[in-house]
This record gives sequence, C-alpha cells and structure tokens, in this order.
Amino acid sequence: MSLTSTARHHRGWPTAAAATALLVATASACSNPNSSSSSSSGGAQTITVAVTANPLMTTIENLTAGGFEASHPNIKVKFVTYDENTERADVEKDVAAHGGQYDVVMIGPNDITSWANNGWIDGLNTEVGQDASYDVNDLLPSIKAALSSKGQLYALPFYGESSFMMYNKKIFAADGLTMPANPTWAQIAALAAKANNTSKNVAGICLRGLTGWGDNLASLDTVINTMGGAWFDKNWNAKLTSPATEAAVNFYVNLVKQYGEPGAGNDSFNQCLNIFEQGQAAMWYDATVGASTVDASGSPIAGNVGFAPAPVDLTKSSGWLWTWALALESSSKHQSAAEQFMNWATSKQYIAYDASKNGWAAVPPGTRTSTYQNAEYQKAAGAFANLTLQEINSVNINQPGVAPQPVPGVQYVGIPEFENFGQQVSAQITAAIDGQESVSQALNTSQTIAQQAVNNAGYKS
Amino acid sequence: MTVLTTAPRKLALAPPRSRRRGAAWLKRLPLLPAMVFTIVVTQIPFVLTLWYSFQRYNLNYPNRPRQFPTVANYRAVFSDPVFRTAALNTLEFTAVPVIASVLLGLGIAILLNRRVFGRGLLRTLIISPFLVMSAAAALIWKYSILDTTFGVLNYVLRPFGVHDANWIGVHSQLTIITFLTWQWTPFMVLIILAGLQSQNEEILEAARVDGAGPWRIFRALTLPHLRMYLELGILLGSIYIVQAFDSIYLITQGGPATDTTNLPYYIYQVAFQAYDIGRASAMSVVVVVGTILIATLALRTISSIFSDDTLSRG
Amino acid sequence: MSSRTTLTLAERRSKLPVRLGLGLLTWFIVLVFFFPVFWMALTGFKTEPAANTPTPKFIFSPTLYEYQSVWWGTPGTAGLRGYLEHSIVITVLSTIVVIALALPAAYALAIRPIRKWRDVLFFFISTKMLPIVGAIIPLFIIARDLNILDTQRLLILLYSAMNLPIAVWMLRSFLLEVPISVIEAAQVDGARLPRQLRSVVIPLIMPGLAAAALLCFIFSWNEFFLAVNLTTTNGATVPIYLVGFVAPEGQFLAHLSAAATVACLPVLIAGWAAQDKLVRGLSMGAVK
Repeated sequence: MSLTSTARHHRGWPTAAAATALLVATASACSNPNSSSSSSSGGAQTITVAVTANPLMTTIENLTAGGFEASHPNIKVKFVTYDENTERADVEKDVAAHGGQYDVVMIGPNDITSWANNGWIDGLNTEVGQDASYDVNDLLPSIKAALSSKGQLYALPFYGESSFMMYNKKIFAADGLTMPANPTWAQIAALAAKANNTSKNVAGICLRGLTGWGDNLASLDTVINTMGGAWFDKNWNAKLTSPATEAAVNFYVNLVKQYGEPGAGNDSFNQCLNIFEQGQAAMWYDATVGASTVDASGSPIAGNVGFAPAPVDLTKSSGWLWTWALALESSSKHQSAAEQFMNWATSKQYIAYDASKNGWAAVPPGTRTSTYQNAEYQKAAGAFANLTLQEINSVNINQPGVAPQPVPGVQYVGIPEFENFGQQVSAQITAAIDGQESVSQALNTSQTIAQQAVNNAGYKS
Repeated sequence: MTVLTTAPRKLALAPPRSRRRGAAWLKRLPLLPAMVFTIVVTQIPFVLTLWYSFQRYNLNYPNRPRQFPTVANYRAVFSDPVFRTAALNTLEFTAVPVIASVLLGLGIAILLNRRVFGRGLLRTLIISPFLVMSAAAALIWKYSILDTTFGVLNYVLRPFGVHDANWIGVHSQLTIITFLTWQWTPFMVLIILAGLQSQNEEILEAARVDGAGPWRIFRALTLPHLRMYLELGILLGSIYIVQAFDSIYLITQGGPATDTTNLPYYIYQVAFQAYDIGRASAMSVVVVVGTILIATLALRTISSIFSDDTLSRG
Repeated sequence: MSSRTTLTLAERRSKLPVRLGLGLLTWFIVLVFFFPVFWMALTGFKTEPAANTPTPKFIFSPTLYEYQSVWWGTPGTAGLRGYLEHSIVITVLSTIVVIALALPAAYALAIRPIRKWRDVLFFFISTKMLPIVGAIIPLFIIARDLNILDTQRLLILLYSAMNLPIAVWMLRSFLLEVPISVIEAAQVDGARLPRQLRSVVIPLIMPGLAAAALLCFIFSWNEFFLAVNLTTTNGATVPIYLVGFVAPEGQFLAHLSAAATVACLPVLIAGWAAQDKLVRGLSMGAVK
C-alpha cells in the first residue's frame, strides 16, 4: 500500500470517531420513559410483571396506566412480554436461581404444586381474604382448584379456557349435515369424512399437530382421556402403549391424516384459526377463546359459527382446563404493591373497566361466575359464553379420564418433568402425523421416554 | 554481531539475555489486556459449568443433595442415544451448509466479479440475509414462506404441480440446511469476492494473452489464490454454524421426533425443559472438548493458516 | 488493485448474449436470496388478516399501521424506541471495547509476534466453542451475585468477549499486510506502541478496521440468547422486543414483520453503506 493511500485513509479516522461520538450522544440524549430503574424513588415502587404474549395481555398492558397506576400513584408497573415457551423458561430460571428479576409472574396450573412446594411462590389465601371487594368465591371452582395446592390458593386467574367444537354452519348446511347436541368422537369422524372436500380445499376438521406439550398434546390428551386411555396409572406405570391409549392416538392421527388440514404437523391454535376463519375447514376443535375471534366482527365467518361441547366417548365431558394466572414471587421486595396489582388485574373491577373501554365481547373469559351472569356479557358473547362456562365447570381436574391418575391435570401431567418428556413425546406424535413413523413406533418410543423420566425422577417407587 | 536473518521481523542485533527477556515481556504487553479480559469473562463461567457438570443439580429440586463430585452426568451423556443423534445431526447441519454456502458463494462471487448492470445494488442485496436477525428470519420462513397452506413457496410452486408440500414436517432436515445455507452464503460471497478482487490483474491478462482459456486460468491461477479466503470462510462459518439454534428452536422444534435435534438445541432442552443443569453442563463440556479436538486436527493438518508461510513477508 | 471499472479485452470480446445471459442469471440468483427479506418488509405493510390469508397476497392495500405502532408503540405499551436506545448503546460500546482490546493484541501477534502466537490464536477461537445454552445458568448466577443482572454493562462485557476472538483473528491478518519497514521507521523515530498505533498502523489498516468493527456490530445487534436470558427491562435489546409478539393464541405476523424490518434497518443501512469497505477490508485480511 503506497503512502498516498495512507494519506487518503487518514481522513477516515476522525470521521469514524465523530460518528461514534454522535451515536453515543444521541443514544443517551433520547429519553426513554420506560427505562426507569426498578428501585424505589421518593416512595414510588416499580414492580416487574412477566406475562406471555396474548391479545388479552396486550389489553391489560394498555389499560394499566389509566386503570391502576392512576389510582395507585406510588406504584409503577413494568411489563415484560415473551412468547409462551420463553416466558415459562425465563420465569422458572428466575425463581429457581433467585434472580429477583420479577415480582409478579404469569404461570399455568401445571407449575402450581411444585413451585409451591419449593417455596417459590406465596400463598394468597390471607391477602385475598383481606380484600373485601375481591370476592374469591366468585372464581370458577375448577379454575380455583387448579390454582390451589393443599388448600392454599397460589395464583389468581387472569383468564381461563376449556376446549370445545366449533363448526362452520354454512358448510354444514351445504353438505346437509347436522351437529348433534352432545357429539361423540365417532360422530365427529363421520361428519369430517362427509365434509372433507379436497378439490375445494376444505378439510373436514382442523386439529393441532404442532410439536409442543401445550400444542398437539393439549387436544390429543383430551381424546386419550375420554377414550379410556391414560399417561400413567396411580403407581406411575406409563400407559402410553395400553390398548385404550393406542386406540385413541390412532384415532386422532388417522382423523388428522385422512380428513384434517394438510401439513397438520405444523399447525396449532393460530394456524387452525386462520384455516377455519377462511372457510377451509368445516370443524375446529380447540380452545374456547377461539370463539371470541372467529365469531367477532372482522372475521369472515362471523355469525356462521356453531358450537358444540367437546366430543366425548366414555366420559361425560372432555374439555381441557387451562388458565394463565398471576403468582407472587416469594423473593419479591415489593409484596404489597404486587398484591395490589394482582388483585386489580383479576378483579371484577378490571373486567368492567375493560368492558367500558373495549366492549364486553373482549373481556378476559373463564375466570369468574359474575362475568357469565352479566347481562351485557351474555348479549355480546351469548353464542359461546354459556358453553364455555359449562365446559369449564364440568372439568374434573383430579380424574378427567376413566381411570384414577397420580396427579391432577387434564391435558398435561402435573409434574415438572412433564415439560421435558411431554415435549419429546409430542415430537413423536408430530412425526406420526407427518407420516414419518407409525403410531405404534411413536407410542413405543414415547412409552420408554415417559417411563424413564418418572423412574429417574423418583416417582415410581 | 549477528547477521540479518531472512525473517525480517527478527531484530538485527542480538541483545544480552536480560534485555531479551525484558524485550519478550514488552512484546507480550499489548496482548495482555485482551487476554486477561477474555480469560476473566469466558473462563470463569466455563469453570462454573465444569463444576456443575460433576454435580447432580436440577433447578426443580434445589434442595436435593448435589452428590459432588460424581461422574453420573457424563455417564448419562455417553449412554444417551439422543446425544449421539444430536451429535450426528450437528455434523450434518454444519458440514452441509458450510460446503453448500462456500460453493454457492464461489459461484455468486464469480458472477458478481464481472461487470454486471447494477453491481453495487446486487452486492448490497446479496448480503441482506446475513444482516437480518436470525430469529425474525426463522419466523418468517416458518409461517410465511414454508407453511403448507399459507406459505409463499407452495403458492409459487403450485403451477408446477407441487400441491401442499409439507416442507417443515416431511423435509425437515432439508429445511434447516436450506435456511442455514441461505443465511451464510452472503458471508462467503463477501470473503471470496474480496479474494477475486485482490488478484493480480496483470498476471491474469498475461495468461489470457498467452491463450489460456477461462477454465484453465481459474484452476491454475485463481483457485490457488483463493485458498486462503476459502479456508477463512470455512473456519469462521463453521464456528458459527455449529452453534445454530434459532432455526431449530423456531422452525422445527427439533423434530419430527429427533430428526433435526442438534447439540445446541438438545442442551437447551435439557437445561430449560428438564432443568437438569448438571447434565446440560456435562454435555457442554463434552461439546467443547470434541470441537477443540476436531479444530486442532483441521487447523494443524489440512489448513495452512497456522503454517509458518503466513509469517513471511517480502 | 483491480476495481474493474473498464472492460478488459476478454470481456469486450465475449459475446453479448453470453454476457446478457449471465447478467440475468446473476440478477435472478440475487433476487431469490433477497426475496425472504423483501417478503418480510412487505408483510409489515399488511393488516393482520391480510398477512394471514391462504393465498399470499402480493397486491393488497398497504397500511402504515403496523410500522407506526412498532415505532411509536400503542398507548401503554412501549414502541421499539426504548429497546433501540439500549441496543445502540450496548452495540456501539461493545464494538469500541473490542477494537480497543483487539488492536494491540493483534499487534502482538502479527507485527512483533510472540513465540506462542499459534497457541494464543487457538485459545481465542476456542472460547467460542462452548455452547452458550450450556453456560447460561452459570452466567446468570455470576451476574446475579455481582448484581449486574438486567444491566447494559453486563451485555457490553459479554458481547465484547463474544466478538473479541473474531476481531483478533481478522485484525492480525490485516496487520500482517503492514510493511515492517514502516513500523521500524516509526520505532527509530522514538515512537512507542500507542503512538505507532495511532499515527502509523491505524491509518494503514482503516478499511480492515472498519470491516472488523462492522462485523462486531452485526453480531452484537442481532444477538438474542444472552439478551433474553440475562435482561428484563433495563437492558432489553431489540431482539427481545421481537420475541414479545409471538403469541400462541393471537395473530402476529404483520406486526412481527414490521418490527423485524425496523429492527434490521440500522444494521442494513450500516451494511449497505459499508459493503464496499467490507469487501476491501476482508481482502486485506484474508490473504494471510
């Protein structure tokens, strides 16, 4: 390189330095109202709340400033939103390694028992008892039971769901089909066969196939339960290769492969929602919250959606039970502030406030009886509200299936190990749905995985 | 008085022993800040990982006895068939994308080295896959491009008779390999393009004047010149691609079954779904040792980066 | 060095159809690579229902809603700006730290190489062999004990350590190009190392330096795993903002696309502006 080019490049140096300085100056000059430190300043406390990504959570983030902070001037709320899987991992890491990053965390019923046993979250009976307006007995009984352990409530439900069957009335009418009042899975399969129309890109039914213990296993487990199958018996023997379980899984996988949407192995709630909304599936079995989207204005099939209870076989009901609930980290340094926020977020007052801003159809469902007794809510969501309530109330979280099970839980096994072996089994099911292996291969592998996991963890004595 | 040696960097005079030792330390001094910084920030976590690997530590059961020291984790790792599968998958998901992106990068670099209309724009467009955030790109590929029903790819291929192909479920390994190749080809293009542009034009022209055809010139002149660039691309690319995580976590979830589970994803599952920190640490240590062995082998035998030739300068 | 602004004799001689064909081929290949990025930017202009239709829409009525809500946020929820600020500070500062540490280190490995230069180089690259996923819990615990969880300085430290090996490798190669005579001339003049670096070495390798800095910038900007695990609000970077949208029960594709496109812009612009420098820089470095 010649010396003249050296001189040329010399020019670049001050420019680079100036650019850097400008960037840093700009960065620090930009004021960001959201980056206040989490320590108290002048009596004000900041609490950090971890939530999962969900339209209902977005709503409460929007409403917290006006609905909570305005009336609680010494409390500021900061939300941290991640997708479901990341949030769960991040929160557990924080509670287990005592990071102290969060005050309030959003968890599901599957973590309640083990977290309570580890002392990671606080019991809430006392504090909700002291809040006169909270009305803890207004909470739906099965939801409350799911969030309790040994008589103590550990989390307050933000929204709750079960599962049911949705169907496209227009397609049914065109094909001359009728949905029974209390369908069985056999009847659903027959309807799917008749409604399936590949040339018109209409699938008989849309079902979840995506890998994920909260994805395809949610639907599949309810089918297993109602057909007499199980994950484990009371002595922690894995039952994934029992005749009943195998029959149930065969039924589900074959139904999806024959009359389900193409590429089902990649589909969960969102994908089936799209497919169903676009009229490309005659039926959709999924979470009750799906109803508030497909039957709302803006949906191409609004007004044309019919609802039926979750299909059964040997049991009287078969809907799943899930709730996203707010729990208080034991290591939180702002317990009182956190409790105030949690109580507000899950209260009748919040629901009414949300309704006043966004209409009754969009309020968080599945938590309180009073919501379902409200005339406005009935008017806005009547088509599916009562069925949702019925499904949630008819869930027996201790024995959703035919046989007794070792721990409570409907569509999951309520032990911490399930996140791992459930995920692995779920991947096997996806492989079966994608045609990469047979159902019996998938179940044999799953049986080994599940049994080894509980053996290693010391459940099986 | 010693004579000037052929290696121009050696000092002309040989100073007395004490001064030479002082001079040696002076030589090392500029290196110290970087070394100390790296050792502190990387080795402390590594030592902690090593320590955990000899304990039974599960985040879900913080009060269980740690049984330190124990080799139970390592025994579990080596008898784990999924670990073996993950290791093989990792090899596959590193070797194939690296080779493919180097070959593609070579072809594209050659094309971009010619005088082509809008070459500046083309060069900026070709590096865009490398600049986009990996997780965002993975989500777009999963939901917008490869989706069976809603994806653009199937839409574009429909007139060619492809009907609702399930890329992610049925061709899962191809999906991951394609995604990684797409991401890293631009990086290779840049490196190889630099090599092509730094060729000595006069030699090339002389060869052409002598009647050598373009293929002969490429084989005899260009490729040897490019060797260093290709090796650098392969080295850097491999270091990053072997750790590929976002695409597997977001697009295939390691499946179907364990078809696309690689080592980073498997370690993630053990650490953040099973919360078995002891076993995850042991797996990480095994991965480090294995990578060091492979890298040592490659760098000291095949590659010329570490040879003394690199030190000679005219 | 060739910059190829004029056609060589050979190129003038080659037939026009061949040139045209190869030109079209080049455009086709580049556009295929660019398409996913283009598709992502395009989806950001759609409404959520339009982004989730069974037949992908190339023609649609565009809206700025998603891009606007990404930038400004919606009432109560922060837009991208706060995260952008964190990302800029963290990325710029870590890049500065990396260059400041790597340059003298590369000097010691190239211009007056210590005896164990191979081992040192190998050590640096070996620090990148530990899977980050396996070291996160140790990192979390160390950061917790040092009370630097969810701070920007934690990420600056970690990103610097993450990028230092690559910078050392690259800068060493660039420094090998510097003629030893220039260094010795400066030494004879009495210049010690800092002065040598400032007035002689840096100007000579400026393109290479810019190249290494740009790569560090790119890798820090897009880094996701450490950021999501070790920060919540005060250190939250742009990649974390994106993850907050992936809702299992809600449509997010348009919003995610808009957010991802805006998140890419600083890097894209920097990359585009510097791609000339990058090529020249890498060419200087990679020869040895």
